[in-house]
Amino acid sequence: MDTKKTSLYKLHQDCNAKFVEFAGYHMPIQYSEGIVEEHKFTRNHSGIFDVSHMGQLFIYGGDELIKDLEKIFPLDLKNLKLNHSKYSFLMNKDAGIQDDLIITKISEGFLIILNAACKNDDYKILKGLLNEKYKMVLDENRSLIAIQGPKSSQILNEVISKVKDLNFMSGNWFLFDNQKVYITRSGYTGEDGFEISIPNNFVDKLTRELIDKGSKLVGLGARDTLRLEAGLCLYGHDLDKDKTPVEANLKWAISKERISKGDFIGSDIIIKQLNNGVTKIRVGIKPEGRIIAREKTKIFNQSDVHIGEITSGTFGPSVNGPVAMGYVENEFSKKNTKVFLEVRGKKYAASICSLPFYKKSYVKGAN
Amino acid sequence: MSEVKYSKEHEWIKLDGDVATIGITKHASEMLGDIVFAELPEKGSSVEKDGTAGVVESTKAASDVYTPVSGEVVDTNQAIVDDPSKINQDPENSAWFFKLKIKDVSEIESLMNKEDYDKFAKENA
Repeated sequence: MDTKKTSLYKLHQDCNAKFVEFAGYHMPIQYSEGIVEEHKFTRNHSGIFDVSHMGQLFIYGGDELIKDLEKIFPLDLKNLKLNHSKYSFLMNKDAGIQDDLIITKISEGFLIILNAACKNDDYKILKGLLNEKYKMVLDENRSLIAIQGPKSSQILNEVISKVKDLNFMSGNWFLFDNQKVYITRSGYTGEDGFEISIPNNFVDKLTRELIDKGSKLVGLGARDTLRLEAGLCLYGHDLDKDKTPVEANLKWAISKERISKGDFIGSDIIIKQLNNGVTKIRVGIKPEGRIIAREKTKIFNQSDVHIGEITSGTFGPSVNGPVAMGYVENEFSKKNTKVFLEVRGKKYAASICSLPFYKKSYVKGAN
Repeated sequence: MSEVKYSKEHEWIKLDGDVATIGITKHASEMLGDIVFAELPEKGSSVEKDGTAGVVESTKAASDVYTPVSGEVVDTNQAIVDDPSKINQDPENSAWFFKLKIKDVSEIESLMNKEDYDKFAKENA
């Protein structure tokens, strides 16, 4: 299959992007200023990310759809207010994570944002689980951009008025150039920001206007360092089919009300793990010094016993040091536990730490 | 002091007497992107031509640094370990990696001159 281009491909080229293939798309890994500058610019000002490769799945339906989706997602969807969003997972029957996602209640049904590499499988899985009862559109005609960082609210508001009134994890329809755009206050960087779903033919114009107002394009490289500093998981690395939300330390995202009833896919495993604990769990890991421990780095305890593996690791430009996360045996998961990381054959000291590495500055909203 | 020579692994080497100073080229530093970690060989250790003699890491990935000639490590540049971003700023000068007391001067002769290296780097970009 040919590698796809997003509607911003030309703009990426104009901004001297270096491209990589990611999930079947030509995506910008960085622009001329480089990952560290792009990262810092997002933290201090405002960065724009092309995330049009991600899936935008619209499912149309009413109360029956809510009931059917509650059999799939561990969420209290009947109490999810219009235009409010929740982080959740598509699980298999063993509670293994097929994908992590953001689901938003819209008036006609739900909008689900899916990972690029999973979206086609997710679509098939959901279509099967919903017995093809509902109209489902994995919308290729819309692009998705994120604008993140402390100046983003002001910048976006200059182009699309009233967006600054949105609360964190909620959204609404707005107009840009007479086009309906759906904007949520959310993101993947640990900063205040927005995600904008917009028809493909208008995304270039919107993005150029945001750049004119002072924002800058930021590539997938900085997106990764930003999300890791923020302690956020990357599917296919920190999350996969062999890990459950409880093991991933994401039980906060599972509705307590739904656990008490337990009638969603994977619920028996989730309830068992919540009651009995898990053998491995995701933790933050801070290497001492400057050594970078990347994905698949082995973790050892003080008696040199192999106790886990790093799932994401890089250098955090805002932390100004290495950051990592991974899975360790539960008994070694306490904060400040000393561990060792095997990098290029040598063992380096590190400690278990709480996440995030970089403190969030999400705006809860004006209201 | 002799002319600067270059290796296919994108190191530069400058000979002064029997001591060679080695670093990575500007081209290499640009290809790597922002360098955030550097590891150097130990002083007093011996390194063999084309063997690994250090590591540099960008936010994206780790890459080995090779030595284009054999010899004994007589000095290392701690400044680039403390602040690896210096490698991006001044790779072919102040951000040198290590100095070797070389074993065999003839090993240097097989390396590329600047013109050949620039051509090689362009073709391999």
